[in-house]
Amino acid sequence: MLGRRRVATIVSSERRAALTGWGRTGASVARIVRPSDIPATTTALVGAGPRGATPRGLGRAYGDAAQNGGGLVLDATAIDYVGPIDSDGRMLVAGGASLESVIRAAIPAGWFLPVTPGTRHITIGGAIASDVHGKNHHLDGTFAQHVESLTLLLPSGETRVVTPESDPALFWATAGGMGLTGVILEARVRLTRAPTRFMTVDTYRTRDLDHSMSLMTESDSRTHYSVAWVDLVTAGASLGRGVVTCGDHTPVDAIAGRGRQDARRWRPRPAPTAPPVFPSQMVNRFTARLLNELWFRNAPSERLGELQPLEAFFYPLDIVGQWNRVYGRRGFLQWQCVIPFGEEDRLRRIVEAFVNGPAPAILAVLKRFGAANPGPLSFPAPGWTLAVDLPAARGDALATFLDHLDREVAEGGGRIYLSKDARMRPEWLEVMYPRIDEWRAVQARVDPHGRMTSDLDRRLGLTAHASARMRGTANRGMGDTR
Amino acid sequence: MTDALGRVRSALVLGGGSEIALATLERLATRGLRRAVLLGRRPEVMRVAAASLTSKGVEVVTLPFDAEAIDAHAAAIAEAFATYGDFDLVVIAFGTLGDQTAFEADPTAAGHAAITNYAGAVSSGLAIAAALREQGHGMLVVLSSVAGQRPRRANYVYGSTKAGLDAFARGLGEALRGSGARVMIVRPGFVKTRMTDGMKPRLFAQTADQVATAIIGGLDRGASVVWSPPLLRPIFLILNALPQAIFRRLKA
Repeated sequence: MLGRRRVATIVSSERRAALTGWGRTGASVARIVRPSDIPATTTALVGAGPRGATPRGLGRAYGDAAQNGGGLVLDATAIDYVGPIDSDGRMLVAGGASLESVIRAAIPAGWFLPVTPGTRHITIGGAIASDVHGKNHHLDGTFAQHVESLTLLLPSGETRVVTPESDPALFWATAGGMGLTGVILEARVRLTRAPTRFMTVDTYRTRDLDHSMSLMTESDSRTHYSVAWVDLVTAGASLGRGVVTCGDHTPVDAIAGRGRQDARRWRPRPAPTAPPVFPSQMVNRFTARLLNELWFRNAPSERLGELQPLEAFFYPLDIVGQWNRVYGRRGFLQWQCVIPFGEEDRLRRIVEAFVNGPAPAILAVLKRFGAANPGPLSFPAPGWTLAVDLPAARGDALATFLDHLDREVAEGGGRIYLSKDARMRPEWLEVMYPRIDEWRAVQARVDPHGRMTSDLDRRLGLTAHASARMRGTANRGMGDTR
Repeated sequence: MTDALGRVRSALVLGGGSEIALATLERLATRGLRRAVLLGRRPEVMRVAAASLTSKGVEVVTLPFDAEAIDAHAAAIAEAFATYGDFDLVVIAFGTLGDQTAFEADPTAAGHAAITNYAGAVSSGLAIAAALREQGHGMLVVLSSVAGQRPRRANYVYGSTKAGLDAFARGLGEALRGSGARVMIVRPGFVKTRMTDGMKPRLFAQTADQVATAIIGGLDRGASVVWSPPLLRPIFLILNALPQAIFRRLKA
């Protein structure tokens, strides 16, 4: 008895704590279990209790996707092994391993992540569950499109290897499935060639939104990676001005002399951590304007062929740990939408709304998406994606403003990125994700008892279970209902 | 849990006929309230409240609830959470004012008022706390009163029930620390409602709407105590410090 108990304490640790997403809003308290092997993960998941379970990685989803108030949160980060890379660039990696640990192993061997978001501090499981995209979406699609197989711990406790061929429905319900089909234990990922740890980068300062968009449209056929930073606080003729950066992996022969020796030695500087001392009002209209002006002025009007370490190109915000604290106690939001091609006027209206609206957009990023993948909940679709960071504010003004923008997006056939969302109204879900019922059917097939859930699920009614409860169809006809 | 902008999506009200609670829910209806469950004694009053909320797009459920029937509280609340939960917001809004002179003539009636205002809030408050703890989030708003601040000759039965309720709610707030759930106490002054109909409005008299504004403001701020109007806070700081001989003579 004693012996068994000791083993149990070794293989998983348990605590009860308040969790939020990266935006530090909408906290809820959950039982957090951090299992260090698969049997312990299975035991925890099967014993989840009435409030269900959700997996959690490094907590970088901005909203409530990896929270489960009153229920179980499975912290996946204790199982974080990174396997060897074969000659074709394939790597077997644990769901709880961070992208950073993959990069650390890949760069010396001449490889890099096939797709990376703007932070390397996410897990492989999170990358698949959010089906993350990067600056190369127009060519390479999402992260899940580079996953050959994944090992999924199903809500029943069964472990199953899923490939896009063996069970396409389950594979693509898991990609972008917000962790609601089970726990991603392991994935086989196809890496991409990266001869060095450097990027060759072209930077252009743009006059206005149209200029940024035409530059990106044109450069996307030439460069592997592209993104635009957009100024969403400066009004007038230069509305929507920005800085477009395009880049490619730098070949070895482009690096002069002695630099070649450490061209694959990736050792990013350790990041200082922002202290938790910032007041809530520090990010406001004034500081947003100041920062955007500085950012714009600091960029060259045109600079071609600049050599940048990959972390400077891909992860500019990772240079400060816990930068989300800068927004203070109230936290912040990221509003990210995609607007289909052909609806550019709608995108312009959204940009104008931000410039004139109640919310100081401290940071905004624009990017062109390529083709969508088969995932019913996968966010990217052909069009423009705009991601805007805003301080969270109580009261009606910001809420009403963002509701209005959601409507603009939904009516244009676009959608909001669930991994960023912390406030959308549930009525838009089925408009933005018209294949949700297809996804619900697959989710219910592997989770008939509704064991997987999350605060996001309860807020938006993603799963059939949560959706039924939200609509009141789960009501048991008690009392006087109108 | 409320969303990132503090919007309440679902609310449970005990004392579903309360004008202050209804005014609060009407405000919340314009900011994304989707479901309201009203528990109360008088279906005809709750029906009016329900109609008003339904017209604002809220799904309303009304259920019978007697604040004095403390034996039934735990089950009624567990059932409401199980069937209609999660609740982002729960309001304990029931209470009876009574008449001091009548209480003195009818001690049994005074005892019943004490059961409703205090014991009923204790039995339902603890059941609510357990349910909020289980869901890991949520806000419990308790409608107290400035009458609980210092007993007055004119209404000390009512005042003492509110004093007990206020102390209970403060303690409950402490007990819920770390649970994800919180308690906010509302201390209105004189409010012009059905409950005070026919009484002479006192100094700083408020409408239910004004109290609702204070409640919404408190929720947005993350306050643990809200006074309505806010000026009552410094006033009671002074009143509570006065010698009894002086306090006795005040006619406010």
